[in-house]
Amino acid sequence: MSSDHDHHHDHGHEHGQDVPSPTALRVKALESLLIEKGLIDAAALDAIVDAYETKIGPRNGARVVARAWTDAAYKARLLTDATAAIEEIGFVGSDRPHMIVVENTPTTHNLVVCTLCSCYPWLVLGLPPVWYKSSAYRSRAVIDPRGVLNDFGLTLDEGVAVQVWDSTAELRYLVLPERPAGTEGWGEEALADLVSRDSMVGVAKVAAPAGAAP
Amino acid sequence: MNGVHDMGGMHGFGPVVHEPNEPVFHATWEGRVRGMVQLMAAWRTVTIDAGRHSIERLPPVDYLRYNYFEKWFDALIGRMLAAGQIAPEELASGRKADPSPLRTPPLIGADGVKMLTTVHSYERKIQAQPQFAAGDAVRAKNIHPEGHTRLPRYARGRCGIVQRYHGAHVFPDTNAHGKGEAPQPLYTVAFAARELWGDTANAADTVHIDLWEDYLEPA
Repeated sequence: MSSDHDHHHDHGHEHGQDVPSPTALRVKALESLLIEKGLIDAAALDAIVDAYETKIGPRNGARVVARAWTDAAYKARLLTDATAAIEEIGFVGSDRPHMIVVENTPTTHNLVVCTLCSCYPWLVLGLPPVWYKSSAYRSRAVIDPRGVLNDFGLTLDEGVAVQVWDSTAELRYLVLPERPAGTEGWGEEALADLVSRDSMVGVAKVAAPAGAAP
Repeated sequence: MNGVHDMGGMHGFGPVVHEPNEPVFHATWEGRVRGMVQLMAAWRTVTIDAGRHSIERLPPVDYLRYNYFEKWFDALIGRMLAAGQIAPEELASGRKADPSPLRTPPLIGADGVKMLTTVHSYERKIQAQPQFAAGDAVRAKNIHPEGHTRLPRYARGRCGIVQRYHGAHVFPDTNAHGKGEAPQPLYTVAFAARELWGDTANAADTVHIDLWEDYLEPA
């Protein structure tokens, strides 16, 4: 790994950014029009984009998972009333989404999809990645979940049951991944650092830590 | 509607491509579209279901070739034109042509972010008792509504077991069309993968779908 560290892309390297794309120009024109008409506030728009980029993300979900791993009573509440248990952590407004948490075990693996659009538990995971919204994922997750998992480099034993959750209603699903070996005695913060977004959608497992426990 | 959006079980879209270290937005305009949709929703001229239906009704070719935010952008323009919030000539010129006085946006500054963390619940109290309970065998009706529905095609006519009752929730099939919330019982139904896809599916696998009572009949 370390020998690759000086090979990285410059963040200024964005295709097509020298000349704005037709879509970018149309979006800019609409934004100006909506502001001119008093339909939207420019500062509110900036604040929302900033919140999505810097404040709302999978760290929220990772904190939920880490607490469930370290607190059996919390985990029990999470699996029976996820909406209230997530609210305990404190980043949900008073009027909350209806959440369901499904638990991975050595014999059951859960995978979340929305075949009809792209419903996603963004309050705990942030905005969905492109692959979650892709036609490939939405079409195949229900008919060939094991093939989809293979695309992510995850091969399950035949004996492990795959439960796919198609989010067709205003219920949002979060996968509680298995706690990896080698994390005995770890605190919530250190555990949360291990929990990837993909593991909470169900396309990955949480990898065991490479080094010694902190 | 039996639209191209109803993708569950389709073939031919290739492998799922995972982008490492993916940014939240791939271009600046994507974030602006996301924010505009959020802020325009505060005018409450469309319901969440009508918003989804406006995306489903994009021409199928556009639906497949657009990226996610392009779909949102096109559908947003369609909704604003339909609601009279913008006029076609304004869209063409980019300038306000509406003689009515300037409006005041419902969300100013940080209010926009407050709204992000205030997600509305779609559960409602109703008098009627749910027809089904956990453990009941049910069949998803073989129905093909031309309007908005959240009953995926791949489940229609298939049998499953009610796994959980979630209370009464706003019914998308009416709410998307201005016919009211008409809340009704919502259940999670577990379908065996082999019931949906035949004997080549893994015998242990299941697909769980959230389905409203009107989509179900006793099996």
